[in-house]
Amino acid sequence: MLNLLLGFASIACAAVMLAGVAFAQPSTPADDGQWTMPAKNFENTRYSGLDQIKINNARDLRVAWTFSTGVNKGQEAAPLVVGDSMYVVTPYPNILYALDLKQNGAVKWKFEPEPAAAAQGVACCDVVNRGCFFDKGKIFFNTLDDNVCAVDANSGKLLWKTKVGEINKGETMTMAPLVVHDKVLVGNSGGEFGVRGWLTAVDANSGKIAWRGYSTGPDADCLIGSEFKPFYESDRGKDLGVKSWPPDHWQIGGATVWGWISYDAAQNLIFYGTANPGTWNPELRPGDNKWACGVFARNPDTGQARWFYQWNPHDEFDHDGVNENIVVDLQVDGRTRKTLLAAQRNGYVYVLDRTTGEVLSATPFIRITASKGVDLKTGRIIPNEEKKPQIGKVIRDVAPASPGAKDWQPCAWSPRTHLLYIPHQNLAMDYEGVEASYIEGTPYLGVNVKMYGNGGGKRGEYCAWDPVQKKKVWAIEEDFPVWSGTLATAGDVTFYGTMDGWFKAVNAKTGEVLWQFKTGSGIIGQPTTFLGPDGKQYVAVLSGVGGWAGAVVSGDLDARDPTAALGFANAMKDLPQHTAKGGTLYVFALP
Amino acid sequence: MNQESKTKRMVGTALRFRSHGVAHPTQSFVRSCMPYFLVLLPFLFFSCEREERTLVVQPPSAQEASLPQVSDLAPGPQHNKAPSVSNPDENNSWMMAEGKRFYEAYNCVGCHAHGGGGMGPPLMDEKWIYGHEPQQVYATIVEGRPNGMPSFRGKISNDQLWEIVAYVRSLSGLTNQWAANARDDHIKGAPPPNSVPEGTPHNSSEPQP
Repeated sequence: MLNLLLGFASIACAAVMLAGVAFAQPSTPADDGQWTMPAKNFENTRYSGLDQIKINNARDLRVAWTFSTGVNKGQEAAPLVVGDSMYVVTPYPNILYALDLKQNGAVKWKFEPEPAAAAQGVACCDVVNRGCFFDKGKIFFNTLDDNVCAVDANSGKLLWKTKVGEINKGETMTMAPLVVHDKVLVGNSGGEFGVRGWLTAVDANSGKIAWRGYSTGPDADCLIGSEFKPFYESDRGKDLGVKSWPPDHWQIGGATVWGWISYDAAQNLIFYGTANPGTWNPELRPGDNKWACGVFARNPDTGQARWFYQWNPHDEFDHDGVNENIVVDLQVDGRTRKTLLAAQRNGYVYVLDRTTGEVLSATPFIRITASKGVDLKTGRIIPNEEKKPQIGKVIRDVAPASPGAKDWQPCAWSPRTHLLYIPHQNLAMDYEGVEASYIEGTPYLGVNVKMYGNGGGKRGEYCAWDPVQKKKVWAIEEDFPVWSGTLATAGDVTFYGTMDGWFKAVNAKTGEVLWQFKTGSGIIGQPTTFLGPDGKQYVAVLSGVGGWAGAVVSGDLDARDPTAALGFANAMKDLPQHTAKGGTLYVFALP
Repeated sequence: MNQESKTKRMVGTALRFRSHGVAHPTQSFVRSCMPYFLVLLPFLFFSCEREERTLVVQPPSAQEASLPQVSDLAPGPQHNKAPSVSNPDENNSWMMAEGKRFYEAYNCVGCHAHGGGGMGPPLMDEKWIYGHEPQQVYATIVEGRPNGMPSFRGKISNDQLWEIVAYVRSLSGLTNQWAANARDDHIKGAPPPNSVPEGTPHNSSEPQP
C-alpha cells in the first residue's frame, strides 16, 4: 500500500510540474497522469490533460508492451492506471489482473471471481465486461453472474463480494461501477429477458446494499418521492412506473441499467440512462412504459430521484437510453448552461439542462427514419407512423437499427476543441413483430430483426460533433461499426479502434489520421492514457473482437441466418474474413 | 422378552465381564453411572447400527445402454456405440412444423435465432458441441449444459420435445428432406430446412471463455 501511495504521490508531483508548463490554457484541468475509472472522471469526458503525444509526433508511436488476457471474448473494458499498477478485467470469467508498469506489465496478481458458467447463457450480447473502478485503495467490479466484488488494489485479496441479482431471472451484469461517497453504484443487464431494471448502491466498506432504485413499478420502489421534479408534464403523476404499462407488465418491463453513470459534484446528482422496455415488441405493451429509455438524476447518498427525461416513450425498436451523459457546461443561445451532452441510440445528440432535465436541443447525427424529430415544447420524440411495428408485418428501412446510431461505446469531450468525439455505427434494419412468450430466464423479444448499412452508407463512423453549432465538424467513415470507445488528450490527439483491428490516432481538430497500428484482433475496448513510472505518456487499449456487433466472430455464429445475434449478424457477415478472436492488451508510447 | 430387559441383561453381562480385572473404586463408579448409561443406551445402539453390505446394490434407474454417447473416444478395441434412436417425427412434415412452432414458443429462437445462433451456438452449421444424434439433442434440451444451455426438464412435454428435436436437426439437413419445412411465414431469414444441404455433423469443442 505504501508503494502504491508513493507511486501515486510521485506521479501526482510529476503531473503538477507538467501542468505548470503545458497547461497554459485555462480551460484545461490539471492531470495526475492516472486513469482510475473507465470514464477518466466523474463528468465522463474521457479527456486526459497529458500532451506528450501531439499532432506532430503521434506518427512515431510504437508498441511498448503487450499482455494476453487469456480470454477470447469481446474485450470492452478500459485498462485503469493507479500509481505503478494497471488493472484490467476480462470478459467472462471476469479475471481481474494487476500489472506492474515498472516491469512492462508483469502480472502483480490475478483475482478470479469464478462466476457461474451458466451465466453465459443469459448474456444477451457476448459475455463482455466494461471495466473496473478504483477508489480509496479498492478495485470494484461486477461479475457476469451478478456479484459486486471489492478487491484490495495492493494485494489482490477479496474484501467483499455481494450478490445483487439472479441469473435464473435472466439478470447479468456487464457495466462498470461508479463509486460516489462510498456508494458503489451498479446496475443490471437483461432487457432481452424481461427482467426488472434497477440501480443499486452497495456500501464500499461493508458490501451491504444501501439502496435500490427500480426503473419500473410503484414510486416507492423507484425511489421517487417529494424531491422528484421532472421538467415535462408527461413525467409527473403518481406511480407512472405502474400506470404507463398494461396490468403488471412493469414486473417484466426491462429498463435495465447497464450503461454509464456520471456525477455532478456541485449538485450532488448522478445521471444514468435506462434501457429498453421488456419485450422488444411494442404492440404487447401499450403506454409510455416508464421509466424505460430515459435518464434519471438521483441523489447518490439516498437514491432519491430528482428528475427524469424519457428519450423514447413507448420504445419501438430497442433504442435503449443508457448512453453516457457527459457533464459539461455549454454556451446555449449566448449564455452558459449547466448541461448534459448525450449522443443517444435513437440517433440524436441531446443537450439537456442538467439541473432540470429540460431538452435544450436534439439534433440527428445519422440518417433517421424511425422518428421525425424531437418536440422541444413537450420534450417528446415524434415517432414516424409509417415505421410503426406490427405483428406479422415486416417494416423495412428502420434507421437507426436496434443497436442505435451509437450503442455502449462511449464518446469523449475535449475542453480544448469543444468537440464531442463520437464512435458509432450507421445501420438500418427490417423489423417484424411476432408473438412473445414470457418464460423467466429465457429471451423475451417478440421480433425478428435483420440489419444492414443505413441508406447505402458505410456501417461505421468516427466523427467530431459541435454541440453548440449542432453540426458535424469532420468524420472518418469505417467499413464496420466503430464499436470501441475513444479518448481525447491535451495534445489534441484522439484515439479509437476498429473492428478489423486498427488502432488509430487522429488529429482532434481536423480528423486526419496521424498513425495507425494493426492489432491482433478487432478492437471494441476503451482506450486510456497515462504517465508511466518513467514519466512518459502511454496509451493502452484492449484488442479482442466481440460484443453484440462482433458476436458473429466471438460466438462462431452462422450468418447465413440473417436474424442471428438478434439480427446483427446480417450486417456483419464479412467480419470473419477480416478478424479472428483474441484478447490482448496493447500499450503504446513514443520512442 | 421385551427390548428393555434384553438390554439390561446385555449391559449386566458386559459389566460382569469387565469387573474381573478392575479395581473396586472404578467398579463402584461404573455402578453409579449405570442409570445414565441406561438412559443413553438406546441412542448408542441406534447410532451403532451396522452398514448393511450386499454384493449387488440396486442401481439408480438410469440405464447405461439408454444414455447417449457424447464423446468420439471409447477406450478399448470394442467400440460399443450407443444404439441410435430414430425419431419418427423426422419423417413427418406436420411434426416438424409443430417443432418449429414450439421452438419459437419456448424461446429457443431468442438464443439460437433461426439456426444462426446468438446468445447460444448456431444450430444450422455442422459443429455440434454436445452431439447431433436425436437422443443427444433430446438430452441437451432436457438436461441443459454447463455453459449456458438451460435445462428444460419438466417444462416441455415429451411429444413436443421430440418435435423440437426433429426441427432442430432439420436446420442442418439431418432429417428427411422431403418432410423438412419448405417455407417461413416471417422475415426472409435462413434458407428453409428442405433446401439445406445434408450436413456432415462433427463434434466441436466446448465454448471457450
